[in-house]
Amino acid sequence: MSADTNPLENDLANPPVDGSELIRFDKVTKRFGANTVLDELDFSVASGKHVTLIGPSGSGKTTILRLLMTLTRPDEGTIKVNGDYLTHEDKNGRLVPAGEKHIREVRKNIGMVFQQFNLFPNMKVLRNITEAPVTVLGLSKDEAEERARELLDMVGLADRCDAYPTQLSGGQQQRVAIARALAMRPQVLLLDEVTSALDPELVAGVLDVLRDIARTTDITMLCVTHEMNFARDISDQVLMFDSGRVIESGTPEKIFGDPEQERTREFLSAVL
Amino acid sequence: MNWDWSAVADFMPAFWDGVLTTLQALVLGSLISFTLGLVWAIAFRAPARFIRWPVGLITEFIRNTPLLVQLFFLFFVLPEWGIQFSALTTGIVAIGLHYSTYTAQVYRAGIEAVPAGQWEAATALSLPGRRTWFAVILPQAFRRVVPALGNYVISMLKDTPLLMSIGVLEMLQQARLQGASTFQYTEPLTVVGLAFIVIAYPASLLLRALERRLVR
Repeated sequence: MSADTNPLENDLANPPVDGSELIRFDKVTKRFGANTVLDELDFSVASGKHVTLIGPSGSGKTTILRLLMTLTRPDEGTIKVNGDYLTHEDKNGRLVPAGEKHIREVRKNIGMVFQQFNLFPNMKVLRNITEAPVTVLGLSKDEAEERARELLDMVGLADRCDAYPTQLSGGQQQRVAIARALAMRPQVLLLDEVTSALDPELVAGVLDVLRDIARTTDITMLCVTHEMNFARDISDQVLMFDSGRVIESGTPEKIFGDPEQERTREFLSAVL
Repeated sequence: MNWDWSAVADFMPAFWDGVLTTLQALVLGSLISFTLGLVWAIAFRAPARFIRWPVGLITEFIRNTPLLVQLFFLFFVLPEWGIQFSALTTGIVAIGLHYSTYTAQVYRAGIEAVPAGQWEAATALSLPGRRTWFAVILPQAFRRVVPALGNYVISMLKDTPLLMSIGVLEMLQQARLQGASTFQYTEPLTVVGLAFIVIAYPASLLLRALERRLVR
């Protein structure tokens, strides 16, 4: 891929890359029954940064992504995206649960790639990518298709426009899912264990695409992954989770090279 | 007992009228049950409880009372309130309404079988609710429910003779009238019995072909 044909370079999202705060969790608590998954969690992500969440399963990493995507709602606390409350609205100085319209508006800044791809099996690859830009952003069919083809080219699947998702390998499906998320020009891309459901030989192709995006765009990334090498490669910051709290954060060099917490050391020695 | 071909020939004009009426009841009844059933199924998942509960109650009520009772009710009781349709229209509405409560359950199962990830992907792309239903969820659900819907079409066909109870001149009623006037019941009833098979069997073949096309 040559630099002058990179479809993301010019028009993707145009996020502010001044390092201003893009995402903020403020005392967010999430319970499932008696189980407290997130416990008064505070953390923030600066725009343009690539942040990776690591930690044992059940430590609340995926829940953070699901809260941001509004697939589940916090029990307490607030989440801000770009300075706007995500699931709350400020009504005469009082915070009240937000209406659907407000949530949609804030959520448009966020895109997500899922562990199980979740492509729409009833639509061809191209329409999977153009559906939302046309119906949500109001792009014309031609504009949306042109852009979809550029994105497919970027993920190395320019020739599979007319395939149905089930005709593709898992790795190819996941690359289409990445293109689909990017087509909405989000400021933040959430990556939820995007290689966990893939056969080992297909993982590299997907990670290469993500490395490309991380290197060539200003998009903010929030990843949950068990691929520690990938995390080390692309992250500006790594957050170590345990029992619903961030127990340690720092640069990948710091976390992977010289972690402070005993718990982090145990976790890393188990997964590396 | 002797088989009399001339009795068959005599029955033909009335028989074809009956076939037409039966097919009319079947096709329109199916259309009503398919559409109305879908409305019920979507209402089952309405966020508002004041929609879900009444719809659940009404459909359970209809599903658990006999079609014949509903037929009589629509035909004999509604006119007392000033609502009156022809016998055939009443029959079509009754069959469609009754079977819509079955197709609603079929749709419900089909909708529930669509993986949660599909709803989540639609949310992540901010697709509006209507678009999520009609572009993502229902096309996938339909594919799964065609065989079950097909069975109800066959079942509806076999319930059309109930319409004779309110005076609709469908196939069986034509045969009965023919028998009553000629005292030859064997030929008309045999012809009608065969006609049910001749309609039902190709219909089920057609459905199977459709099923093969849809299940990818």
